[in-house]
Amino acid sequence: MATPKIDPSLKLSSPGGDGPLYAETVIIHPRTVKGTFRNWKWAAMIVLLGIYHIGPFLRWDRGPDAPDQAILADLTGQRGYFFFLEIWPQEVYYLTGLLFIAAVALFFMSAVAGRIWCGFFCFQTVYTDLFVLVERWVVGDRAKRMALDRAPWTAAKVGRKAAVNAIWLLISLSCGVGFTLYFGDAPTMLVDIFSFREDIAVYGTIAIVGGCCFLLAGYAREQVCLYMCPYSRFQSAMFDEHSLIVTYEEWRGEPRKPARKGEGFEDRGHCIDCKMCVTSCPTGIDIREGIQMGCIGCALCIDACDSMMDRMGLPRGLITWDSTTNQEARARGEPTRIRLVRLRTIIYTVILLAVGGLMVASLATRHTTEVNVLHERSPMFVQLSDGSIRNGYVLKISNMIREDRVYDLSVAGLEGARLSVVGGVSNVASAELAIPPDSIGTFNVFVTVPRDKAGGKRSPLSFNLRETSKGEVARVESLFAAPDK
Amino acid sequence: MATIEKDSVTGQSTTGHEWDGIKELNTPLPKWWVYVFWATVVWAIGYWIAMPAWPTVNGYTKGVLGYSSRADLDNELALQKAGRAAWLSKIEAAELDAIEKDKDLLRYAMAGGKIAFGENCGACHGTGGVGVAGAYPTLADDEWIWGGTLADIEQTIKFGIRSTHAETRVSEMPKFGADGLLKPEQIAAVSDYVVSMASRAPAKGSPGEAVYVENCAVCHGEDGSGQAALGAPALNNQIWLFKTAKASAKDMVAAQVNAPKHGSMPAWADRLDPTTIKMLAVYVHNLGGGK
Repeated sequence: MATPKIDPSLKLSSPGGDGPLYAETVIIHPRTVKGTFRNWKWAAMIVLLGIYHIGPFLRWDRGPDAPDQAILADLTGQRGYFFFLEIWPQEVYYLTGLLFIAAVALFFMSAVAGRIWCGFFCFQTVYTDLFVLVERWVVGDRAKRMALDRAPWTAAKVGRKAAVNAIWLLISLSCGVGFTLYFGDAPTMLVDIFSFREDIAVYGTIAIVGGCCFLLAGYAREQVCLYMCPYSRFQSAMFDEHSLIVTYEEWRGEPRKPARKGEGFEDRGHCIDCKMCVTSCPTGIDIREGIQMGCIGCALCIDACDSMMDRMGLPRGLITWDSTTNQEARARGEPTRIRLVRLRTIIYTVILLAVGGLMVASLATRHTTEVNVLHERSPMFVQLSDGSIRNGYVLKISNMIREDRVYDLSVAGLEGARLSVVGGVSNVASAELAIPPDSIGTFNVFVTVPRDKAGGKRSPLSFNLRETSKGEVARVESLFAAPDK
Repeated sequence: MATIEKDSVTGQSTTGHEWDGIKELNTPLPKWWVYVFWATVVWAIGYWIAMPAWPTVNGYTKGVLGYSSRADLDNELALQKAGRAAWLSKIEAAELDAIEKDKDLLRYAMAGGKIAFGENCGACHGTGGVGVAGAYPTLADDEWIWGGTLADIEQTIKFGIRSTHAETRVSEMPKFGADGLLKPEQIAAVSDYVVSMASRAPAKGSPGEAVYVENCAVCHGEDGSGQAALGAPALNNQIWLFKTAKASAKDMVAAQVNAPKHGSMPAWADRLDPTTIKMLAVYVHNLGGGK
């Protein structure tokens, strides 16, 4: 089998050349633009990186025995803290709920306004943007960066590249360190990390997270969006004809032609084919080819095009954030309107409200006591010398607040039932169980019932717990086994 | 011979490969992906060199890092053992009833006792001391043949019952029937009486009572409450060691009077260390019926 001929001009945005089996990676050096969307992107970067790095240092007082870090995933203590919330491992379903809300919110966002998540808020976008900024500071804008890439490896080039990579590494280090600070007391951890007193696992995590940051934002960049992230592949299922997306007004732009001094725009399109939109694109696509996988909706091409239109004295918005319906309406000279209320957005809103409401409701009614009762199965029951029947149970009571609590335990369902607690009281109607703050108390409990009251093979028996100071109650159903009558 | 064609529907070219008339569109993979593939291959080779990897005739290649998961396990076990030492020394030093009064020690002894019980005792007495009807006594109930206090239980575990140990607990009930001490009708009568006693309604004045008082009461007590020091079980309740589901209580008692079965248990003092035996005693004492 012969090797297919390789066409080096093959680009991802235009598959179909007599291409090779492996696509050459073209390094993209986006041109800097100025404008509204660029300003929003700077703002988003500052706010998001600010939240990420300040987050672990926020304090939240929870009393003397609890960590005072507002956001903390305490892996050794097996607790998650988020301001007023303290989550136990068995409540990890709150995280599931949160992830579900995040997913639906992403779909909702896309249905309304396209890939604004990708273009403005995704950490890949934010860090790539920051890394490109570093390149601009050290090397210069697009043309200079491309020239440096082409230049022979002189000492000056090595110096420039080394400087860029060094700053990238510092940013990556801050990304990795910032991540680990969410897993321990941030101020002490920060000191420990830089005085090399931390656990090897912490340095490993910093290396992995920081290394990913360095590789993905420094070198992989748009390849992450195109080949690693699944979102670009199913975005077209998220959009409809009313979604606001970054589009090129083909009816107005075409036929495109470079502008010449003194020539008017009467018999031609407004696109002057300056390629500003292409060169400013962080994924290197040509938006004039229409909506495509590579478009992350960052709207920098809008800024780029608007600045050219201003210079040409033409109206802005040749590339614009608009729906396809509006594009068609405008082409026909009809009025445009933005339709936010559509079946798609209604469904997403309903799902968001339902799941959000469910989470809020479950958080508001969240119990601070959790009880598990395990019926001893070996032996199922024991006959005592006076003929009465006894069953064993293991009670696990979680005291989920940071106070000592005492619970009053009693059983209901069988007459004459008496309780004994291993290491505690025996043969009583109700027993007091003390549990230290923020911990699980495990109790071996025996329930004894006179032979004639013991019921058949299995009788329902419920365990009732009443917290003695505030009166919170919990009830768990179990069963009582006895010899078959 | 591969011919690359242009697909008329997509405008994309094919890979030039053809299988039974089926062609594939060429959607090129980025080159770095291929490099990543080769990088994993290089990594794998490095792994063979660094880590245990290939089987040989007599063993396996050890790898230059000398890693061994078995050594890891040994280390972890040693660490575990060291962690336990603090608890075990406390238990070793403490009196049995002091262990029960200390919540943390009790919990530790219960957990340690449970494991030791499963490894050494469970084979006969069953998980949780459920026992085997007709053979091995239930340890979760409140009847004890040789006594149910902590000290009694510890002594039983240490020296066993009818074991080979010099200090073993031992007693023997006469073969009243087989040795001709009682006549068959006397055995039948005393069996009736014992069964009535077990139902807490002893048949006073019956012929069986006379036989019982004369022959059995010296060990099992006038009221049938037994005598732990002699290993004579209580007869005034429904808990029978040698009764199986098939036999009636009276037949079982008669068989026992005729030619008694005697249970035996090995001495554990030579097999288990004193701390483990202590934990076992605490565990068994707390199975439900400790005195």
